[in-house]
This record gives sequence, C-alpha cells and structure tokens, in this order.
Amino acid sequence: MEGTAAAAFEAQGLVKRYGERAALRGISFDAQPGDLVAIIGPNGAGKTTLLSILAGILKPDGGEVRVAAGAVGWVPQQAALYRQLTVEENLLLFARLEGHEDPRASTEEMLELAGLAERRGEIVARLSGGNQQRINIAIGLLSRPAVLLLDEPSVGLDPRQRARLWEFVAALATRGTTVIFSTHDIQEAERYGRRLLVLADGDSLFEGSAEALREVVRSEAPEAADRDFETAFVAYLQHRGH
Amino acid sequence: MRWLLLKDLQILRRSPLQAFLLVAYPVLIAVLVGFAISRSPEKPRIAFLNEVPADTRVNVGGAQLPAAGVSDRICSRVECVHVKDRAEAVDEVSSGAVLAALILPADLVDQINSLSTLTPGTPKVEVLVNQEDPLKAQLVDERISTLLAQANLAIARRIAVEGGKYLNLIINGGKFEVVGQAIPILGLRASAQILEALGPALPPGPLRNSLAQVTDFTSRARDNLDIAGPLIKRIAQPIVVKKEVVNGSAPPLEIFAIAVAATLTLAFVTVLLVAGSLALEREENAFARLTRGLISPAVLLSEKVLLGMAVGLAVTLLMLAGMQLFVPLQWSRIGLWLLAILAGGGALAAAGAALGAAAREVRAVSLLAFMVTLPIAFLSLVPSGAVGSGVFDLVEIVTAIFPFKPALEAMTAALDSAGSGIGGPLVHLVVLIAAYGLLARLALRRFAAV
Repeated sequence: MEGTAAAAFEAQGLVKRYGERAALRGISFDAQPGDLVAIIGPNGAGKTTLLSILAGILKPDGGEVRVAAGAVGWVPQQAALYRQLTVEENLLLFARLEGHEDPRASTEEMLELAGLAERRGEIVARLSGGNQQRINIAIGLLSRPAVLLLDEPSVGLDPRQRARLWEFVAALATRGTTVIFSTHDIQEAERYGRRLLVLADGDSLFEGSAEALREVVRSEAPEAADRDFETAFVAYLQHRGH
Repeated sequence: MRWLLLKDLQILRRSPLQAFLLVAYPVLIAVLVGFAISRSPEKPRIAFLNEVPADTRVNVGGAQLPAAGVSDRICSRVECVHVKDRAEAVDEVSSGAVLAALILPADLVDQINSLSTLTPGTPKVEVLVNQEDPLKAQLVDERISTLLAQANLAIARRIAVEGGKYLNLIINGGKFEVVGQAIPILGLRASAQILEALGPALPPGPLRNSLAQVTDFTSRARDNLDIAGPLIKRIAQPIVVKKEVVNGSAPPLEIFAIAVAATLTLAFVTVLLVAGSLALEREENAFARLTRGLISPAVLLSEKVLLGMAVGLAVTLLMLAGMQLFVPLQWSRIGLWLLAILAGGGALAAAGAALGAAAREVRAVSLLAFMVTLPIAFLSLVPSGAVGSGVFDLVEIVTAIFPFKPALEAMTAALDSAGSGIGGPLVHLVVLIAAYGLLARLALRRFAAV
C-alpha cells in the first residue's frame, strides 16, 4: 500500500460473505487524487462486490472505507438511467435530486463534458450503447465527485466508442478526479490503469503498475513476460492456481 | 419527491399506448360492469298462446270472473310474444327468439271451474322450453314456477274471500241469490236471539230443556264460525314474510354499480401503475443509483403511492363524471368521494408497491398485478349466503387482507347518502396502507442486492 497521507480514498480489510461463500477476504488498498486504478480478475473475483461496497450500495461484513473529502460518484455496469426520458431530462432529474443550486447549468456542463449537447432532446432508448454509457457516466459525475467508481464501463461498446470513453475518463483523472474502474479487458487495464488491483476468489493478489506485474511474471514464467499483457496476466494467475 | 413524480408522469406521457391502456382498459371494464349490474332485470321474453275462449268466465265459489284478465296479468310479469298456434310457439322457442312458450289450453278454465265440483279435474298449462343452455333452462323453470305460484295464490285468495262471504252470511244472515232470486238467510246470530226470546215463553219441562239445547248450539256455532273466518283467509297465504334488516343497509342498485365500477377503475389504475413503476426503477437499474444517497427507499415508496393516488383520483373522477350521463350523482358529497378515492387509492397503491417490490420485471409485475387484483375484486362481490359458511369465512378473510373490499365499502358509503358510515372502511384502509407500506419496504431490500 502506498502512503496514505494524501490518499483520496482508502479501503481497509474489506470482507463480504454471501452465505458460506466469501466474496471478499480482507481487501485493502488506497488511491491518490488523479489516480486511475484498474480492478481486474477472473469472473467471480469480487470486482463488482468491491465497487458496490466502495460506492456504499453494499455494506461490508468487515473492514471500512474512508474518503478524504468530496463525494463518491458511481457508474454501474448497466446504464442506470430512464430510457423513456431524453438525455437532458435524465441529467436534469439527477441534478435536481442531487440538490444542485442551478440544475440547468449543471446539466449544460455535463452535456458539454459528455459531448452530447446536440443530442440533448433525444430519447435515451434511441441512442447507441456508447452514448448511453456516456450519459451514465455524466450522471455519475453530477455530484462532482472526488472519487469516481466505474463498473466495467466499456462493456458493449465498439472500439471507437471505447476510445472516446477512455479519453473522457483520462481527462477527468487529469483534472484530479480519482478514478477506480473494473474491467474484463486486460489490454484496456494495461493501457488506461495507472495502477492495477488484481483480485481472485475475493483475495487481493497484486497491487501496482502493469510494468511491475510484468516483472513478477518475468521471474515466474519468463516465456510469458514479453508477450502481450493478457498472456502475462493469465500466466500470473495460473502460477497462483487460478 | 416532486421531481420523481414529474419524471414518472413524463415517462407515462412518453408511452401513449401504455397510458391509454392504463386508463382506457379499467374504464372500459368499469363501465361494462357498471352497465351489467345497474341494468334492471329484464322481463323474460315468453311466447304466449291463449286458447281459452275470450268469453269464458272462471267460477270461483259461485262468482263469475272473466278469464280474459288472466292474459293481462301474465303479460305484466313477462314480455309476451303472442303467437297464433302451437307450431309458431315451438318455432319461437327453437330459434331462441324467446326463453320459453306458455300455452293456456282451451279447457283450462273448465278444469279450474271443476275444482268446486264433485269431480274436480287438474288444470294444466303447457310450457315449451329450449334446454340447450342449462342456465337458461334454470331461469325458465324459476320464472314459470313463480308465475304458477302467483296464479295459484290469486285463485286461493279469491276462494278465501268468497268462502268468507258465505260464512258471514251463515253467521250474520243476509240475502243469497239463486237463479236471479234473492233468498233471505236468517243467520245464526238472529236465530240465537229468537230462540233465547222463546225460552221464557215455554213452561219448564222437557220442551223448554230441548229449546235451551238448540239455543246453546246456535250460540256456540256462531262463536266458532266467527273464529273460522280469519282461519279461511289465512289458508290462502298461511305464511307471511316479516323482513327485518339486522345487518347492513343495501344501497340502491345503481349506486352500488357505480361504486363497483369506480373501485375497479381505481384498483386497476393504482395497482398496475404503482407496481409497474416501481419495477421499472429496478429494470432501468436506477433504484441503486437513486437510493445511494439521493433519496431513501421510504421516500421512493411514498412517491410511488402518491403517483398511484394522483392518477387514480384523476381517472376515477373522470369515470364518475362519465357515469353522471347514466345515473344522477350527488356532487354535493364530493368531499366524501375524494376521501374514499384517496384512502382507497392509497391502500391499493401500497399493495401495488408491495407487488412491484416483490417482482423485478415490469412484465412479470403487470401479470402478477392482474392475477391478484381481478380474482380479489370478484371475491369481494360474493354476497353472504351465496357460498357455504366456511368458504364465505375464507372469502371474508382474503378480501379483508386486500384493499379492494374496504375501498368498495368506502366508495359505496361516499356515494350513498342513506348508507352506512364511511369511518369503518377508512380505518381499515389506513391500516392496510401501513401494512402494505411495511411489506413493500421489506421487499425493497431485495432490490438492493447486487
């Protein structure tokens, strides 16, 4: 764990059980302002559970989450918005529910930020999955969060939409927002995650940069270390019995 | 909360078909049910063939009554389709144009007249029915039985009246007409007086004793026949009905019909809308986002209940305004109407919220709402005595748990100025609002599960 003095966000010993099954077994990590943390791991690793606890949707059975200041924005995996409303109506609704002093101004700001100002009057159901996801994220940003949690934000998007999405997310981090996202796309994690948190069966296996992970693999399975990052990652998991 | 309400109304406006169905379907059902119940029972169409000669007279205890009036009496109770002959009557019944055919044979009156002779016959009428429909057959049987019972009662009363006249003649005396000649009848009362006056004129002895016995007999006969008069009248209708209302006060049929229609409308609108709207929050993945600090689940539930109450109020008032075209309503009681609609709508909306929280998909919850509301509504209309006591107790319990019946009772009380109080149903509805609200709140915990 890195120094916590300036941490925007800190999770300590998070435990979550569903009956007999342990979904998280004492996960600890922190993130600095402007960090881009990618949570990766195989199916059932506990990625969504961890993000849900960080977002405050689930209560952990053990451990705690501390946020230095500001709100925590949350963008669920599936777009959480009203498909029968327009882009603008969705943003305006959530801005009002957030209690913004000038919800229309906030809506305008998010429309510009998401690049959807010209499509403000369109019914969301008629938009592409990529554009729906951009609104989904824009709603998550309405609270001007210090920490933004994204649960597999690029699922269902085509390569061009994915590129635009990550450009958008990277710009947020550049402005100081701490972004924590989960993904199944290992190449995406390598490319956009400045730090990686590897989970498997509820355990935290690795925390650090993609390059540091490669170095670990180089010592354990040298033949996989210089291949693509996904191959290196799979070798890392296999070496630990996953 | 107002922004959520606005959002739900916007969504409703965006789905014109859904909005139309949500309003039109219950109104359609309500109006159909209202018509079906409010329409007064029609007289059954009966083919009628009267073969009795027009100048025949019914002889009842010596009195000659015209037989022609029988047709009028029958046709005042059923819708008579006069036919020329038996074949036409058979055709009418076979084709289903009439429910049955009633044929009075030519000798019917002779047979009735024979009842007061030493060789009484058996008066018969002929009834033709079409038995293809068991319900129709039962209806015809009941109607014909009722008609015959009424006819027999009328004859019995007439006989009783005539018999009473003869008794009166024997007791009090008078004149009796035979072949156009009036024969004076002394009567028991006068006979006894004469005999009593003769007694002192006779010397004591056997003759005087015999006269005393005859005098005593006439006095006793007079007294006993005085009692027999009322007894003969009673024979015509030995059992009379004394109706006493011990529970409930039935509202006029048309008021009850409107209350049923309005409550059905309210039930479908609120239950379907609230259940569907709540399930939509889950289907759109918005529930977790909303309840993550923006609003509490309790506020979300309250918003849905308010939505149901508001839309239910608007649609039900619209329906009542439409009903005004058929039945005049007391708009001065609109305060009570609003109270009944809001309380009933609130309880039904809370039940809808519990259903919506129990199911996660809009389609599933719509089906569930229909499957619950429709049978409960029908069960709520089952009157006591229509089923066995055990089954009715069960019906009472089931219908008390769901808000339809108390909502119907509140609506009926609000519409009927002479009806029972609205307080009881309102308290019942408030209890149900609390119970279903709690149930919905507990069920919403499943929504939050990832």
